Amino acid sequence: MTKTIVVTSGKGGVGKTTTSASIATGLAHRGFKTVVIDFDVGLRNLDLVMGCERRVVYDLVNLVNQESSLHQTLIKDKRIENLYILPASQTRDKDALTIEGIARVMHKLKKSGFDYIVCDSPAGIEKGAKMALYFADEAIVTTNPEVSSVRDSDRILGILQSESRRSKMNETPVKEHLLITRYNPTRVKDGQMLSVDDIVDLLAIPLLGIIPESSTVLDCSNEGKPVILDDESAAGQAYSDAIDRLLGESKPHRFMETPKKGLLSRLFG
Amino acid sequence: MGFFKFFRSGKEEQTAKLAKDRLQVLIAHQRSGKDGPDYLPMLRQDILDVIKRYVSVGDDALSVQIEQQDDCDVLELNVTLPEDAESTAKASDVAKRRSLERQKEYQERMEKELKKEKEDADNVT
Repeated sequence: MTKTIVVTSGKGGVGKTTTSASIATGLAHRGFKTVVIDFDVGLRNLDLVMGCERRVVYDLVNLVNQESSLHQTLIKDKRIENLYILPASQTRDKDALTIEGIARVMHKLKKSGFDYIVCDSPAGIEKGAKMALYFADEAIVTTNPEVSSVRDSDRILGILQSESRRSKMNETPVKEHLLITRYNPTRVKDGQMLSVDDIVDLLAIPLLGIIPESSTVLDCSNEGKPVILDDESAAGQAYSDAIDRLLGESKPHRFMETPKKGLLSRLFG
Repeated sequence: MGFFKFFRSGKEEQTAKLAKDRLQVLIAHQRSGKDGPDYLPMLRQDILDVIKRYVSVGDDALSVQIEQQDDCDVLELNVTLPEDAESTAKASDVAKRRSLERQKEYQERMEKELKKEKEDADNVT
């Protein structure tokens, strides 16, 4: 059974592409045949974060328009077995995608034996975002502890509940997961940032993971390496925990405590 | 910076709470529009029109929500009535006038029915 997971948020810049890259990598790392699709037609970026930007020949729009085969279009990851990237087109716009066209691509991917299809949604609630979430069985709603992000996440949850294929066909609803990114426990402790409990309270969906704010995330995207591969870093470990939870394991949440500081760094830090 | 912060700690503004309070209102509002059945806006307008017959209220005086409690839906109506004496006085006038009108209507109808009954009785005999 192929499972389709959309990584979405409404708001831009909260870490959808970073999350898509790490979730897909994590799933493939655990032995599942996984493809990650960039739905941001016109603003392709997943290839950069995955470090395969120089290997893009064909893209999603070519595939939808049947100008290329699945085999020609998919980019096989060089680090992880079982991981494939389906890049977005950089020259076209989102109108190049149709539900029927995407449905054909999804069908082909299912026939090719993929266990997971991870859809990296563009920001906003327009056609591209709706297209990315249409086929989802599960959704990872990426949220920053910040008012505009929380509000937009709630909005996208509404769209998932009314405009996804599952809602339109009256099937069991899309399974929703909350992933909080750029979390800074110190600022939460000081009362300057919404806490995990606040956000879970507001959005009322199960928590998949908390990704602490970390310089490693930027370092990794600079390198074109999904941050989950950096298993020394807190962010990488947090994504790894999220994968375990996604696969049904129950794990306590980490990275919610403030790092312990010495007197000197407390005075001058 | 850190030096001063050390002494100030605890006195900093707790903006997170403000953020949560604002979001709570916003999200409740955002969801109220989306969860209800299709007829909810029309129902709201009809109820508002009825209220306006008796009390002069604005268009935003009525909030209509459907909430789920256990296994039944609860329709919640919230009407904000005007506070100032003038509109309340006016409102009670309207109510009085309407109740008089109703009484009159009722009387007329009863009289008509009585008349008809009488006619029917006459016809039989």
